[in-house]
Amino acid sequence: MKTNDLIIQTATKVVFFIIFLFSIHIFFAGHYTPGGGFVGGLVMSSAIVLLMLAFDLKTVQEMLPINYTVVTAIGLLISILTASGSIFFNVPFFTHVFDDFYIPLLGETSIHTAMFFDTGVYLVVVGVTITIIQMIGGDE
Amino acid sequence: MSLIFAIFLPIILALVIPFLFKKVSSIHTGWFVLLAPLALVIFYATYIPTVMDGSTYIDKFAWIPSLDISLVSYIDGLSLLFSLLITGIGALVVLYSIFYLDKDKEKLGNFYVYLLLFMSAMLGVVQSDHLISLYFFWELTSISSFLLIGYWYTRDGSRFGALKSMMITVFGGLMMLGGFLLLGIMGDTFSIRELIDQAPTLVSQELFVWALVLVLIGAFTKSAQFPFYIWLPDAMEAPTPVSAYLHSATMVKAGLYLVARFTPIFALSEVWVWLVTGVGLLTLLWGSIFAVKQTDLKAILAFSTVSQLGLIMSLLGIGSISYHVTGDLVTTFTFATFAAIFHLMNHATFKGSLFMIAGIVDHETGTRDIRKLGGLMSLMPISFTIAMIGSFSMAGIPLFNGFLSKEMFLDATLSLQHFNVHSLESWWILFPLVAWVASVFTFVYSLYFVFHTFRGNYKPELLPKKAHEAPLGMLVSPSILAILVIVIFFVPNFFGNTFIKPAVAAIQPLAYQVPADVGFKIKAWHGFDSIALYMTLGIFLIGFILYKTIAKWSPIYDKMPANISLNRFYDGLMNLSDKGANRLSSTYMTGSIRSYLIYMFGAIIILLAFTMWIKDAFVIDLTNLAPIQFFEVLISIVLVISTLTILITNSRLTAIIALGAVGYTVSLFYVIFKAPDLALTQLVIETVSVALFLGAFYHLPKLNKYEKGKEDRRFRLTNFVIALGVGVMVTLIAIASHSQKLVKSISDYYKETVYSEAGGGNIVNVILVDYRGFDTLFEISVLTIASLGIIGMITVRLAKKKGDRKVENK
Repeated sequence: MKTNDLIIQTATKVVFFIIFLFSIHIFFAGHYTPGGGFVGGLVMSSAIVLLMLAFDLKTVQEMLPINYTVVTAIGLLISILTASGSIFFNVPFFTHVFDDFYIPLLGETSIHTAMFFDTGVYLVVVGVTITIIQMIGGDE
Repeated sequence: MSLIFAIFLPIILALVIPFLFKKVSSIHTGWFVLLAPLALVIFYATYIPTVMDGSTYIDKFAWIPSLDISLVSYIDGLSLLFSLLITGIGALVVLYSIFYLDKDKEKLGNFYVYLLLFMSAMLGVVQSDHLISLYFFWELTSISSFLLIGYWYTRDGSRFGALKSMMITVFGGLMMLGGFLLLGIMGDTFSIRELIDQAPTLVSQELFVWALVLVLIGAFTKSAQFPFYIWLPDAMEAPTPVSAYLHSATMVKAGLYLVARFTPIFALSEVWVWLVTGVGLLTLLWGSIFAVKQTDLKAILAFSTVSQLGLIMSLLGIGSISYHVTGDLVTTFTFATFAAIFHLMNHATFKGSLFMIAGIVDHETGTRDIRKLGGLMSLMPISFTIAMIGSFSMAGIPLFNGFLSKEMFLDATLSLQHFNVHSLESWWILFPLVAWVASVFTFVYSLYFVFHTFRGNYKPELLPKKAHEAPLGMLVSPSILAILVIVIFFVPNFFGNTFIKPAVAAIQPLAYQVPADVGFKIKAWHGFDSIALYMTLGIFLIGFILYKTIAKWSPIYDKMPANISLNRFYDGLMNLSDKGANRLSSTYMTGSIRSYLIYMFGAIIILLAFTMWIKDAFVIDLTNLAPIQFFEVLISIVLVISTLTILITNSRLTAIIALGAVGYTVSLFYVIFKAPDLALTQLVIETVSVALFLGAFYHLPKLNKYEKGKEDRRFRLTNFVIALGVGVMVTLIAIASHSQKLVKSISDYYKETVYSEAGGGNIVNVILVDYRGFDTLFEISVLTIASLGIIGMITVRLAKKKGDRKVENK
């Protein structure tokens, strides 16, 4: 029997970007409204999982030629560096700072070192989830 | 240059060595390395004049102020002598290694990094005034020694020797740490100088003897004393420059340094005197007897080193008797300390040169087996001369420095007759006797070493290489040491005044205020009434006879039972712990996830129930409950139905879907209880994990593993008990935590500070990234490790499958 994935494949092509943008949204929104790096990362992973369900591992790997182990490593590195950055200013490990900055186009924006830390979390979550699914799914 | 910086100079240089090795391949990396010990030896030499007058220097760096741990570099006579030895011999060894190790074939980057690491560590050991930093550097020497012994890590012998030395010296190091902690507790300080001041009060404390024994175990393991010496012969797998440096001149003397440094504290106890003297003499005898048996040049030197270390150890022990006597007798015994330091210096010179010669012979002939060697005298005249100087000094023959210190040693053992305690009246004679017998054997193996290598018949057919004299550069370092051997014999008092007296004054602070008070003169001739003279003559006579007849009596060694040796004991112990650990872990590491889950959940149930019971925390209070809404009941029913479906169904696919349903229903609860973050996370997690489950679905084993029957009933019963236990416990804890509010909820604190101090609005997320950022950091680290583990597991499985296929194809 030949399976017909036309509907899910077509839908995925659209939905993937919506989920992707949503994950970015809840990542940035996280500090004030529900969301954050962890959930954002998971949403992003679910978008990729959707791709994998609709197409197959090989096709997805061609679409997004990303080494997710490297993504994990980069994420962890960002988090650790953010956390240890504070020791260079002679304050305890993991001290966060935040302030408001004027950024062109976005206007007055609060920038928080926790956001960089959260970026690391986001990347680690995406990297780990997809690595595991790839490994288990690819193991025939 | 500050003293602390000087300690770390080699390590700082080590940072650039790998790059120099890779980028500057035309110059041997050793030339760059040489800069560090050269600079340091000059630096430390500038301290000699003032330290001679009794000055001391101190430099302090607060390392961990909150725990009162600091790096303290303390320079007095003793630490200066050791620092000069470390850097001086270090420079010669590096110079030698430049010719010994081929720059194109060897991984010099690694080698020199380890060597420089060792140099810093060793300087740290001898200069630290703080016990904890002393321990830190002490273990660093063990680690760098491990790396250097295992330098040729493709050889089995190197790995075995490296591990053995590591096991034994780190064992000793840990014992020593225990002793240090006891000392720190008793004296309420970790500073050695302050502890020395407190020594009279410390000695009466109960823990004192324990601290003493523990510290001594550390010293004995490092200085290869009986019965811990067994690591040193196996450490000879290291490249010869390393053997010459670590395993004869410096690291193995760290134990002697420790004994010398702690003499002012521990010598007040007689246990110390007898342990140090006794173990030292026993080691001296044991090492010298077994050195004759060896056939490997370096093994002879290893046993000889063990034996000589024992000699110095026993001298330090006799020297510490001075704390137990008064009047003129004090100087009788401090003389032994003087002899100890003198012999320590002499040993570094002659043994260093002998090791380098052993390396040269190995390098030029391709073997170190003394049975294959012989007749090299005419082929390698310079090496022969150096070897003869070194061996004769070791044997205690006049015109070489070993003679002076050997006579002093015999004198010191004779002086024990003046120590009249514990009915020692006639027993004291045992000590000079042991010393004498050991010296005879020392004489024998010294001659054996040099003459069996360089005289006799040249056997070119047994040698892997055609023998010829070593390149000039390789001979420079041993020549310098050999010249020192002779120079020290002719002007011993110059060295005595410059190096030895300040060190003795540091070890015997009660007897001497300043180095100038140490009134000893080193003389080669003591007159005809000196007993030591006749003892020496006896050594020469008997030693020569034994050497000549060595072929006749050496078969005795083969008659000794091999299965009760210490090495057997070590191997047995390692084997036992290896197998024991394996057996123990295989009893519970079954490989089945179900077992692990049983352990975990079982532990959770027992721990929680026990804690709750002990704290009397089971309280059920049904007041103050919120009213139950209609849709809450509805969701609960859905939840129960889907949970039951998981239990009842026979299809795994149904179970997975039902599990997903449970998860989504729980997230609905989060919505009702106004926890949008949790609801969001739970929803996405459910989605991803159901997808994951479906991916893994293909690989899972059959659902019904056991046939219906007894086995199946037991399987289900365990599941039931565990599940019930966890469920009941969680429910009880939930009710109990609702029923009694002992502490104020922390959420108010979050509400107050989340905006002002953390700069955020969403408490849940701010908790994740800020308040409890540590948890998140560890969680993502664990996630990363888990994903790497999964990659490892699955790739290994894939590789195995491929391997199986290959076998099948054949």
